[in-house]
Amino acid sequence: MKQKKKETGSVLSQREIAPGIYDMWIQTTLAAQAEPGQFIMVYPRAESTLLPRPVSICETDREAGRLRIVYRRVGKGTGEFSAYAPGDEIAVMGVLGNGFPLAEAAGKRAILMGGGIGIPPLLQLAKELPGEKLILAGYRDGNLFLGEELGRYGTFYAATEDGSAGVRGNVMDILAAHNLQGDLIYACGPMPMLRAIKKYAGGQRIPAWISLEERMACGVGACLGCVCRTTRKDDHSHVNNARICTEGPVFEAGEVDI
Amino acid sequence: MRKTEVSIAGVSLKNPVMTASGTFGSGMEYGEFVDLNRLGGVVTKGVAASPWPGNPTPRIAEVYGGMLNAIGLQNPGIAVFRERDLAFLEPYDTRVIVNVCGKTVEEYLEVVEALGDTRADMLEINVSCPNVKEGAIAFGQDADCLYDITAQVKKKARQPVIMKLSPNVTDITEMARAAEAGGADAISLINTLTGMKIDIHKRTFALANKTGGLSGPAVKPVAVRMVYQCAQAVKIPIIGMGGIADGEDAVEFLMAGATAVCVGAMNFADPYATLHVLDGIETYMEQYGITDVRELIGCVR
Repeated sequence: MKQKKKETGSVLSQREIAPGIYDMWIQTTLAAQAEPGQFIMVYPRAESTLLPRPVSICETDREAGRLRIVYRRVGKGTGEFSAYAPGDEIAVMGVLGNGFPLAEAAGKRAILMGGGIGIPPLLQLAKELPGEKLILAGYRDGNLFLGEELGRYGTFYAATEDGSAGVRGNVMDILAAHNLQGDLIYACGPMPMLRAIKKYAGGQRIPAWISLEERMACGVGACLGCVCRTTRKDDHSHVNNARICTEGPVFEAGEVDI
Repeated sequence: MRKTEVSIAGVSLKNPVMTASGTFGSGMEYGEFVDLNRLGGVVTKGVAASPWPGNPTPRIAEVYGGMLNAIGLQNPGIAVFRERDLAFLEPYDTRVIVNVCGKTVEEYLEVVEALGDTRADMLEINVSCPNVKEGAIAFGQDADCLYDITAQVKKKARQPVIMKLSPNVTDITEMARAAEAGGADAISLINTLTGMKIDIHKRTFALANKTGGLSGPAVKPVAVRMVYQCAQAVKIPIIGMGGIADGEDAVEFLMAGATAVCVGAMNFADPYATLHVLDGIETYMEQYGITDVRELIGCVR
């Protein structure tokens, strides 16, 4: 059985790859167990910040014991992380949650869809997912972070809100513009995007695995802070709520009421 | 050999460190990090007669030195709790304190009765959750109501009864006296302080419930003050909590008059927080040559 743990890792490298978007490699034993779509908790040092920050895993080098996170600087916690330099200690806990199911994609054509800071977890997924891959990423503007790397593992399409690169609009607009079809969907991004994907997948009668996020306190299933509504009674909670940190963050779209 | 054992209502705890209800589930999740056998007790998440879905999300917001929560006492109901949570705790050599919640007196009593023949060592009656609209908090903010529910619970309870007090009152000692008069074996405090956070960028409340309970280091001075006041007002033992992060914080509560302490929000900041607090108490005892932790209880007047 996989054992969760909190430990002190060290920052190997960090750079800002787009305005406010940071790309950090961490040396940590957590890497050995990490699966695509899982996340870690990163603990700010500032004592004014009580809670750890959930951050998705972008890439994993299991043998070298290295994890890569790509995150947006939004507040005090991520502001602190963004100032870390190589050699700095970084407190991490994990690995957490259930990742994307991989075997389902064998021999099929999968559509991977990411929006904004939901794009990073698609990288390790694209590396490990079998079958044909169409990778659709939605950005605010022409800073197509991770785009080139994603393109190595499938056919890459970009959309930008300002129309400065790729299709103008979002990932759903890419589907229409290029008349793309697939057998199943893997997605991570903002809630309106995930709702649109759920609706689309329902209409196409194809499965869609979506990664949700919510404000969290513990990250391990104890506090019940990060629930999402489920269509059926959850086995753990016995109400129509599942813990995103524990039963998720990846759900089949039909399982959740979003 | 330093003695860390304390006793509450005839129930001995191997040490004064327990978990605060709602921050530790029933120990299953944190059991991956912490050897539960080392804890004085596990205080479970509140359980009601039937499953409760809790509040909409967001349920959590961080604030300076603490957090707000508005979970709304989501729980699977007593039947599942008995079969799953209590069964999980069965083999552990630690005290099990079950937190009981309800919306009516009858609901509290139903849970209390359903726990009568279980391994629960004590019951903690949650009359102070600020996030549940129906009932609950009213029992904890009106001395007559608190007296009444305490007396009714005591009639049915097979285990010692701890009444968990709300800090959201004008005079905490009035509530402590009402619980004692109603026959409570102990009191625990503080539950969370009602707070609010506004997201100025979205022009909305940070929590879907608008208000939430404040916990974490930010509340500690309020909690220490209330524990001290209650210790002067009643004779029954007090379980103190509110922002305890290390052994020194715990010692502060003991000196204020608490017989035992609970670690709450700090479990989120560090999954090993309970053990960190326990080790810190022992370090303090060593540093000052204290042979029995009970010497510290209420030593500051």
